[in-house]
Amino acid sequence: MSDLNTGMVEKYRNNFLKEVEANVEEGDWVKMCMQCGVCSGSCPLGPHWDHPPQELFMMIRAGKRDEVLQSTSMWMCTSCYNCIVRCPRELPITHIMHGLAHYATRLGIEPKGQPTRQFAQLFWDNLAKNGRVNELWLGVNLYFMNGFVEGIKVAMGMAGIGLGMLKSGRLSLKELIGGHTVKDKKGFKAMIKKAQELEAARVDGSN
Amino acid sequence: MADEIKIGAYICKGCGLGDRLDIGQLEMTATRDGKAAICQQHDFLCSDAGVKMIQDDIDNEGVNRVVIAACSRRAKTDAFAFDNVTLSRANLREGVIWVRPDEDDQQETTQEMADDYVRMACAEAKYMKVPQASGQQGVNKNILIAGGGISGMTAALEASKAGYPCTIVEKTGALGGATAQLYKKIPTKSPYADPEDNGVAELIAAVEADSNITVCLNSTLTNTAGAPGRFEADITTESGSTETKSFGAIVQASGFKPYDANQLTEFSYTKSQDVITQAELEALAIAADGGPIKRPSDGKEVENVMFIQCAGQRSKKEGHLEHCSGFCCSASIKQAMYFKDQNPDIDTTVLYTDLRTPGAGGENFYRSGQKKGIIFTKGIATEVVHSKNPIVKFKDLILDEDVEDEVDLVVLATGMVPNSGQPTRAELTQSDNDDIAADKAGEEREIRIDVESILNLDYRQGKDVPHMENGFADSHFICFPYETQRTGIYTAGPTRRPMDTTQAMDDAMGAAMKAISEAENAGLGKAAHPRVADLSFPSFRAEGCTQCKRCTVECPFGAINETEDGYPEFNESRCRRCGTCMGACPVRVISFENYSIDTVGQQLKAVDIPDEFEEKPRMLILACENDAYPALDMAAQNKIEYSAFTRVIPVRCLGSVSLSWITDSMNSGFDGIMLMGCPSGDDYQCHFVKGSGTAQERMGKVGDTLESLSLEKERVQTFEISITDIHKVPKLINDMAETIEQIGMSPFKF
Repeated sequence: MSDLNTGMVEKYRNNFLKEVEANVEEGDWVKMCMQCGVCSGSCPLGPHWDHPPQELFMMIRAGKRDEVLQSTSMWMCTSCYNCIVRCPRELPITHIMHGLAHYATRLGIEPKGQPTRQFAQLFWDNLAKNGRVNELWLGVNLYFMNGFVEGIKVAMGMAGIGLGMLKSGRLSLKELIGGHTVKDKKGFKAMIKKAQELEAARVDGSN
Repeated sequence: MADEIKIGAYICKGCGLGDRLDIGQLEMTATRDGKAAICQQHDFLCSDAGVKMIQDDIDNEGVNRVVIAACSRRAKTDAFAFDNVTLSRANLREGVIWVRPDEDDQQETTQEMADDYVRMACAEAKYMKVPQASGQQGVNKNILIAGGGISGMTAALEASKAGYPCTIVEKTGALGGATAQLYKKIPTKSPYADPEDNGVAELIAAVEADSNITVCLNSTLTNTAGAPGRFEADITTESGSTETKSFGAIVQASGFKPYDANQLTEFSYTKSQDVITQAELEALAIAADGGPIKRPSDGKEVENVMFIQCAGQRSKKEGHLEHCSGFCCSASIKQAMYFKDQNPDIDTTVLYTDLRTPGAGGENFYRSGQKKGIIFTKGIATEVVHSKNPIVKFKDLILDEDVEDEVDLVVLATGMVPNSGQPTRAELTQSDNDDIAADKAGEEREIRIDVESILNLDYRQGKDVPHMENGFADSHFICFPYETQRTGIYTAGPTRRPMDTTQAMDDAMGAAMKAISEAENAGLGKAAHPRVADLSFPSFRAEGCTQCKRCTVECPFGAINETEDGYPEFNESRCRRCGTCMGACPVRVISFENYSIDTVGQQLKAVDIPDEFEEKPRMLILACENDAYPALDMAAQNKIEYSAFTRVIPVRCLGSVSLSWITDSMNSGFDGIMLMGCPSGDDYQCHFVKGSGTAQERMGKVGDTLESLSLEKERVQTFEISITDIHKVPKLINDMAETIEQIGMSPFKF
């Protein structure tokens, strides 16, 4: 358990709702849920969630901190925004889901080995490097995410598509050695750094 | 004028009637069979010229029975409105050409249909009289208001503003009722975010400042006699002095009492002082007056409070209320705000199963509660354990788990029990029915009823307005709110149905308006809803009456008293003109001037019945004019065809159908009879409340009569038709036609 996590538990004691309101992006909307269940019914991945959004909101109110933050549920969100569009109370549900996922990650208690989470991290690392997504490396990293043997298997399975993309120029082998970047890579790095500073300041402020 | 009957028949050729029907033949039918003295055609009868033609005949030729053969009696009523004559309508458009195909081989049966309708209208005309009010009462503008709560006060202020003097009779020593006991009330104005002052002081000040309003405190109604326009009420004070005043109409706003929480043993209400009702929390909030609310047991400032919704209501358990009281969810939000507004750190939880916040601002108020941090938990409380701090055990319905929560204070959202007075005989339970049986057997026994009467009506049918199963005064929720089964007495506020203060005040306005219009109508001898402005009223031939009392018992509105020698005594202004008494009378002595055994009986006899070998059956439909007849008209407007062998006669209510019409039509050779009335039972749609239900009961016995005549039971059928059944009705008719084809023609044809 991280220090931050211990600190938060200490700080908010039984009031998990207040913790969420203070630390989770759009968290102060959670109390406005009226449990109609339209979000759960609208989610294209709904049946695969352990706890659909409306249930997560109820769990937050009931103070079920660990069950919520360690849940894989909010990681299932694909940002289709169906729930936001349909919520009669106009809760920014998608944002809250990502906010919860992000908060769990910050606390270091996110579910390990959750594939969506892993892919998100891969994607971010890949993008943050050059300011552009390196499809080849993203693919390779993704395929070998679960070990070498599994990676070979997946890569073989996708070989046809890969060759087709190479042929049509959608994929370049040059990507293996560096690949394309944004025009002003230095500026891009500076921008990311600033954004990270701002975020850190915000988090500190709310702590 | 009235002595000599002179029928003028007017046949319209517009709307395609002239193209589809042989108008010349219709004219011949009217003069030869219908004995019309004058018969004229017109290309466009409802035009100014057409109407003038009729009016000229009335003025110059002495026509006093007008027969209009054109569209449905429900169409063009403004054009065809003539004074001092009777009006019969042969429905050739909706009743004939719109329900029959325009084909050559159908022409013969279509024309027969039209001819019959003309004969029927002329026959009806012969037996109608121009109705004249009885003059039993004049206009009395005084309105009596039973109850001085916010409903009663609002009704009084509204009626007074319209120029009608009011008398409020209040049982307690002060105006204000239940609302006066509230610390604050649910908001009534945008943005509906915070509780509002209860507003009672302003209302009382307005009432007291109004010279048109008389207030009788510490008073009850010990006797209310008469009828709309001439109610005589005995207002008795606590000290026993009685004053009798007369009124035109009555508004009953006798309010509610909270459900008795002593019955909720599972919630430890009797054991723990810290388990209280919403009403008791109001008292605590008034005592705290904006400061911290302290709990009753030890005076500790409450830090953690749980509201249990639907306590003892919305449940079929013995002793619980089955209904939702509608106000308690908003009331709990309001009360949770008492805590949150004083100190946002107080934990307030509302334990609900279905949160309902009716009214325009309800949803906003709910949101406001959520914004203030009230926690709403969907769950069912199973038990409250009595200990130093009460422990609420509940099942969380979203998380599907059993939870225990220790809190400082538990508030039970109990419901409303109406103060609507004593039940009438028809509503008494089984054990009471035994008493009635004993009563009937001749042993006069007083029926034991614990409830005090509010109005103490001097009506044969009971001391108060009839109730529904749950005790609320019966009024059709959608079709005729405020109205009761006693004409001229209107209920407002929680007497009628559970509601909050805003709704009660709106309600009071509605009831006041109804009372005003009834006071005026009664003064002119005109009927109230739904036969508004009808001047006719029932009368009876005393020499034929057997004093069977069926009319007094079956009248849905308690309009009929009994005289000392046992004859019915009709109170014109209590009567709604449904004719249920006429249908009930076994010796057929009751009639209206413009609606009687003859006006319908002669119509069905006027139908031309072809002999058995022509293979043209005849089906009679007696259709309720409120729902079934409009449904038929609308089917016609949609050009939905039905059998050409159908002859429809509108009746005021299925309850007015006399069994003699059934036997007469069977005897004259009709092959089938369909009776169409409104749905009856708990969710009745009958405009006269009990009429269609009474008819169903009566017709249940027709089968035996048919069997004794060796006729098939299927020949007479009763249907419940709603006004929206426009596709169902034609289908039912065609099914009936098929049934008749199967069982064959009636053997009673000549």
